[in-house]
Amino acid sequence: MKKLLVKGGRVIDPANNLDEHLDLLIAGGKIAQVGKQLEDKEAQIIDVQRLIVAPGFIDMHCHLREPGREDEETIESGCRAAAAGGFTSVACMPNTDPPNDSQSVTEFILKQAAEKGIVNVFPIGAATKGLLGEELAEIGELKETGIVAVSDDGHPIYNSNLMRKALEYAGMFDLPVIDHCEDKELSAHGVMNEGYYSTLLGLPGIPAAAEEIMVARNIILTALIKGHLHIAHLSTKGSVELLRWAKAQGLRVTAEVTPHHFTLTDKEVCSYDTNTKMNPPLRSAEDVKAILQGIKDGTIDAIATDHAPHRKDEKDVEYADAPFGIVGLETAVPLALDRLVNKRVISPSRMIAMFTVNPATILKLERGTLSPGAAADVTILNLSEVVKIDVTSFQSKSRNSPFHGWELIGRAVLTIVGGKVVWPAKSLT
Amino acid sequence: MPLKRKDLLGIEPLSVEEINLILDTAKAFKEVSTRDIKKVPTLRGKTLINLFFEPSTRTRTSFEIAGKRLSADILNISASTSSVVKGETLIDTARNLEAMYPDIIIIRHSRAGAPHLLANICRASVINAGDGAHEHPTQALLDAFTIKENKGQIKGLKVAIIGDILHSRVARSNIHLLTKLGAEVSIAGPATYIPVEIEKLGVKVYHHIDAALEGRDVVMILRIQRERQDKSYFPSLREYFNLFGLTLERLKRAKKDVIIMHPGPLNRGVEISSEVADSPYSVILEQVTNGVAVRMAVLYLLMGGKYEEVVS
Repeated sequence: MKKLLVKGGRVIDPANNLDEHLDLLIAGGKIAQVGKQLEDKEAQIIDVQRLIVAPGFIDMHCHLREPGREDEETIESGCRAAAAGGFTSVACMPNTDPPNDSQSVTEFILKQAAEKGIVNVFPIGAATKGLLGEELAEIGELKETGIVAVSDDGHPIYNSNLMRKALEYAGMFDLPVIDHCEDKELSAHGVMNEGYYSTLLGLPGIPAAAEEIMVARNIILTALIKGHLHIAHLSTKGSVELLRWAKAQGLRVTAEVTPHHFTLTDKEVCSYDTNTKMNPPLRSAEDVKAILQGIKDGTIDAIATDHAPHRKDEKDVEYADAPFGIVGLETAVPLALDRLVNKRVISPSRMIAMFTVNPATILKLERGTLSPGAAADVTILNLSEVVKIDVTSFQSKSRNSPFHGWELIGRAVLTIVGGKVVWPAKSLT
Repeated sequence: MPLKRKDLLGIEPLSVEEINLILDTAKAFKEVSTRDIKKVPTLRGKTLINLFFEPSTRTRTSFEIAGKRLSADILNISASTSSVVKGETLIDTARNLEAMYPDIIIIRHSRAGAPHLLANICRASVINAGDGAHEHPTQALLDAFTIKENKGQIKGLKVAIIGDILHSRVARSNIHLLTKLGAEVSIAGPATYIPVEIEKLGVKVYHHIDAALEGRDVVMILRIQRERQDKSYFPSLREYFNLFGLTLERLKRAKKDVIIMHPGPLNRGVEISSEVADSPYSVILEQVTNGVAVRMAVLYLLMGGKYEEVVS
């Protein structure tokens, strides 16, 4: 493998509290050296003047659909979408068909990823068998095979006793339990946030309380036992406040937020565009404000896409009948740069931490840093480039995004995985 | 003045001028229905499709009669006879109908937003004849027409809408229309039937029917949908009638010349007593009569008709 010398960029590595103009030498798939004015005659030089050099971005919550729904996404296409969006690693949810609740499925995912994936794939295992919320999955075996967390994904663990046991049992393996917090009885047949707009549109609502009740329950359980709770795609003001409280108590609770939940409000549903339908739903302006505050004050740990590919014909139906979810791998970084960095909610360093060292710490990955010796996963960012989102140019097999046509400032321009430029296919030089 | 829009999807997007244009045009058309020969050649050669995915007698018949009195060709498609039972999507159904060049598609659907989906892909004008709990614009227009006939004007009137507001498209369209035209609108019903943040639509909420009736000029009673009974919105029909059923005794709190409206079909003894439904206060059948005139006006205006030409 050819050495790479990434020259002239502003290196931001939050894990090492680093933010200065430095060069980066990559050799043998590892970070060899970070320093001023580096030279290496054998290395291919990548000129990154006026660009930001960051550790490779990690999406800790995506759906690659394989095995089972290869018509929507495959590990190969999902990895390409990730690379195009600036991600070097993704953690994929277990709601495949069959679900990832056994070693053979985990092995299959890892094998496909090794053969066809151009980014690192870290499977998340099922917390309970068949994602049914009845009995624990073989979490120990799954861990041995390579999972980095357990989750029942869109099926919250309803039984509090089982949730307690999942936290306790997964805790033995130092695996976080990622919960999609939702009281399904309360959300019932809801298809959007319950509030003024659901009343206006005559669509059944999902109240914020449906999320907050489960966030509260999970936090209380975490206070009862040892274990690591990670709250998936937190979306309400109340959830942010509960999380802030839990952290103040010193509980082992972390959380992620999606770019759409800090960018869009439930007003978007007025178009009846089914690409505004996801779960948790787009919330009120007040919730978005609280989420931005939670990002600003560090309450929220990570940004994750909840990339959920769906075929066009599945989405081209009446609003109530459409599946929940949007793709996010190819819009997350532009949205975060535009909405959080360029609008000065947080510094570039803080934003990078939410995509790198923070998810790496939650999932215990030896990634998310540019320390010498670390895997050479690097994401190069341009903070000032205007990008127009065009779903037809997506690498993902699916196009279900509400951001088509949006102009955003900032994007990932180059993605390096294990010392190899994986996106764009032709490097900058 | 013509109506400058392709579709009628709801009352919410309409301006006061547009609402008045439709009501004024309906007034001119009402006379046609009283003639010996109830037909004008206005929409001759136009094709109308009644696309009904939910059962309906009143609305479907009303549109059909309105179309026929304007000399349009109108055909009815109901969900049980359509390709829906074979699994065809709404978009494909719409594209197939569109391929036969209809001029207007009138759609009734259980899902909010279904008419919008159609309007986005069809050249034909789309009329929302009721979509889920969202809107039922022609019902609100015929209600407004009936109120104006009885009360002269809408501005300043005190109107109460009573019943299942949560699931009611009639309530939403009426709230939009009546508040736009300056009426004072209050709603009443069990708390389980009041959607969140409805006050933001400019209405006052009551949970006691007596307070809601006090001094009202117009009382609209909504149908209790028995099929939703299993969802625990209220304990029993008997208790509902005891708490919210409109009786002659309760009606004494309203103004002496109050009018009682109901979009039908009635559940006698549930939301309204027979004595009230059949009393001189009731304008329920006038609503049905006016429905035809209002729908004639809507069809005519959407096809580019001008108010001045109807009057002359």
